[in-house]
Amino acid sequence: MDMRALYDRLKALYPLGELTEQRANLAFVTLPAEYLRPALLHLRDLEGYRHLVLLTAVDWLEDGLFQLTYLLCNRSRNCDIGLRVMLPREGATMASSHDIWPTAAVYQRELREMFGIDFPDSPGVDEEFILEGWNDIPPYRRDFDTLKYANDSFAQRAGRETRDPETHMKQQLYPDRD
Amino acid sequence: MKPELMKRMVKGPDGVEFEVEPMRDYYCDAPPTVQHGAYIKIVEDFFNWARSQSLWILGFGTGCGAIEMRPLMTPRFDAYRYGIQWRPTPRQANLLVISGYLSVKTLKRAIRAYEQMQNPKYVVGLGSCTINGGMYWDSYNTIKCLDQYLPVDLYITGCMPRPEALLAGFEDLKKLIRAGQAEGANQYAERFDWYKANQKQVIHDWDMPDYNW
Repeated sequence: MDMRALYDRLKALYPLGELTEQRANLAFVTLPAEYLRPALLHLRDLEGYRHLVLLTAVDWLEDGLFQLTYLLCNRSRNCDIGLRVMLPREGATMASSHDIWPTAAVYQRELREMFGIDFPDSPGVDEEFILEGWNDIPPYRRDFDTLKYANDSFAQRAGRETRDPETHMKQQLYPDRD
Repeated sequence: MKPELMKRMVKGPDGVEFEVEPMRDYYCDAPPTVQHGAYIKIVEDFFNWARSQSLWILGFGTGCGAIEMRPLMTPRFDAYRYGIQWRPTPRQANLLVISGYLSVKTLKRAIRAYEQMQNPKYVVGLGSCTINGGMYWDSYNTIKCLDQYLPVDLYITGCMPRPEALLAGFEDLKKLIRAGQAEGANQYAERFDWYKANQKQVIHDWDMPDYNW
C-alpha cells in the first residue's frame, strides 16, 4: 500500500512510532517533537504533502500529555497523513511551524488560547484570538469544569428540566416495559 | 486597554494636531432617561398604533437563528407585508432581534448596538438560547438569560423558530406595543445600574464607555 511505503521511507530517516492506517489514503504516525520539523519539511518538499489541513490538539489528562496532530494532504495522490506529537502537559511548548505553512500561525494562536500550548515566535500568539477578557484556565483543557464555570459566571433561569433522552423516550413509548 | 482607545494626539490631513480621547469624545456622558407618554391617553394610543406599524429591525444576526431571517425578509415569507423591514445601522432601527445564542463577545456588540438605537425601541429574544441557554446551557462562553443584560419585550420560543413563528411573534409584539406594554427601553433607563452591573459581571474586559450613544 502507498501509506506503508511512505512510512517505510520515513522510518529510515526518523524514529517513528506505529503506523495507524485509518483508511487506504489516511494514516497517522507518532514521532518525537524534535523530529517534527524535518519530517514536515521532508513531507512537504519531497513527498508532495504541500497542504496543512489542520493542526489540532487532544488533552490526554490521565497521561499528563497533550497530543498535537498535524494533518497533511497530498492533493495529487489524494492521501493524507497525520503526524502526532506528544507533549508534556505541564508548560507545554512546541516549536512554531508558521514559516513552513503561514496558516499554522492561526492554529497556533487558537491552541495557545484554548489549550494553553505555547508556540514561541509564532506571530500574534500571545494576543487574544476568540475569547475576550478570559480569566480562567484555557477552556478546552479537560480539567476545566465548563458547567461549574457556566453556573458561577452566568445567571441561569430557574425551572429548566433536563431529561435523559433514552429513559425519557422509553417511558413515553413503552411505559410498562422494563 | 487597546491602543486605539487611549487618549492621544492625532495629526489631521490639514496638518493641525489635536487631542483625541475616544472613550469620551464620541459618546454622550449622560445616562438614558425615561420617555414619558403623551399628555393624553388617546394621543399616546395613536402614537403606539403608529409605532406598531413600523418595526425596523437591525440586521444584526447574533447566532444561528439569523438564518431564519433570510427567508423572512425575502419573497418566500415577505415580512415587509406587515410593515417590518431590516435596516443596516442601529441609528435607523427600532427593533433588535437577538437571533439565537449570544456569546459574551457578541453581547458586548449587542449592548453597543442596542444603546445606539433611538427610542422607542424594542428587543425580541429569538429561540431557546436567549431564554435559558438552550443547548448551550453549560457553555463557558454564552449567556443563559438575555433579560439580565438587555430589556426583552418578547421571547419567541423554538430551536430555531420557523419564519411563521417569527411572523406570529412580531404580530404579538405589535399587540404589546398597541397596548402600551412594550416598555423595555424605559425599564432599561429605570434599572440602568442593575443592567450595567450584570453586563460588567460577564464582560471582563469592559473597554467601552458606560453610555454608548
